Amino acid sequence: MTPNVPDVTLADSLPDPAKLIACPQCDALHLDADLPIGSTSRCVRCHTVLESPRQLALTRIVMLAAAALILMIAAIFFPFLELHAAGRIQRSSLLDTVMAFSTGMTAPLTLAMAALIVILPVTRFVSLIYVLAPMAFGWTPARHASRAFRIAEALRPWAMAEVFIVGVAVALVKVAGLAHLSIGPAFWAFVALVIVTVLKDNFMCRVTVWKTLEQRRPS
Amino acid sequence: MENTRTAPSVLTARAAGLIGCTQCGRVQTPGAARCIRCGSVLQSRDEASLQKVWAWFFAGLVVYVPANIYPMLRTSSLGKTTDSTILGGVIDLIHHGSIGIALIVFFASIVIPVGKFIAIAYLALSIRHRVKLSDHRRHILYEIVEFVGRWSMIDVFVVAILAALVQLDFAAHINPGIAAVSFALSVAFTMMSAQSFDPRLIWDANKGNPA
Ligand SMILES: [Zn+2]
Ligand SMILES: [Zn+2]
Repeated sequence: MTPNVPDVTLADSLPDPAKLIACPQCDALHLDADLPIGSTSRCVRCHTVLESPRQLALTRIVMLAAAALILMIAAIFFPFLELHAAGRIQRSSLLDTVMAFSTGMTAPLTLAMAALIVILPVTRFVSLIYVLAPMAFGWTPARHASRAFRIAEALRPWAMAEVFIVGVAVALVKVAGLAHLSIGPAFWAFVALVIVTVLKDNFMCRVTVWKTLEQRRPS
Repeated sequence: MENTRTAPSVLTARAAGLIGCTQCGRVQTPGAARCIRCGSVLQSRDEASLQKVWAWFFAGLVVYVPANIYPMLRTSSLGKTTDSTILGGVIDLIHHGSIGIALIVFFASIVIPVGKFIAIAYLALSIRHRVKLSDHRRHILYEIVEFVGRWSMIDVFVVAILAALVQLDFAAHINPGIAAVSFALSVAFTMMSAQSFDPRLIWDANKGNPA
């Protein structure tokens, strides 16, 4: 918890800019020391985490992203929820949920739903694998790796898999009075996907990834 | 904890005549348009930040009004059609006895959006005007607003799932209402508003110019 990077006190004896790091949130300058694995450095002023390198973090993120991708495929194609009422069974997949808005005035929401639940999360997984797999193997970065990682980071707030799963829970309660409901395998795939995504994002330290990309870039 | 209002030892990149990258933390001398480490656009401060914040804020506010007036869900059961608004949905859940779920929906669809409007307006106004809250408290408020905004989307997802599940061939039939669209837009616009805010401005505001 302690800030183990000393803050810069005097403007006149400022070291080389490359040896400094500015807090992304409040702009405070710190000396950019190489951190030991497992430690965390925080901004002295606003306490934002600056860097937190972890053992084998890159390899773990790549593996978790690949797992998430496979789970997403399962979640799309297996039945998600089943509704039993009046002797009939209504199966609905993730695709049906996305298409729920496809008629009438709510049609534009279809695209937004598809993006928030499936397309944006998948884009993030693919670009993270693309950027970090060569890093994990110790190779030079792939072409346009910087752009791909910038996109992955920009999409982060918009990939709403975990929000969706809470929505499913609420919907289950609302429908429970109306009919008997059972949960399909795709639901569990999606729950696993959310857990994997949260784990992956916890491992990821943006500054460390950028530094690694910079070091490995062929000059 | 330490008093953040008087922290003379902190030197910012701007005060040192340098520019810090908000994506990767790399510090560089002014002049370059993009960061040499990550390629992000460099700005010492986002000068248009507040304008963008207010533009998205009012867009979000405008679409938030119909989201509360028009129906979120239209349920047809045995020839009867009932519309339920956001607030109506919460009240229905309370009547069903699902207090916990009612609380989740109440927070996600009413408390978070309203709280977000207030918090964003407060933060944006605090840059130009003197306010009681310390820099550090306002920074925490900003982080909460950024983190919590996307969770308002819950109710839109609920409507989509219900509409997908309860189809025509059943006794009951659920259709999404127009409020679902305007509510989703409102959430997206306020997320854009919060993202446009440059948190470095919070820390600059009370300092004067540390030249
Ligand atoms: Zn800071
Ligand atoms: Zn950068």
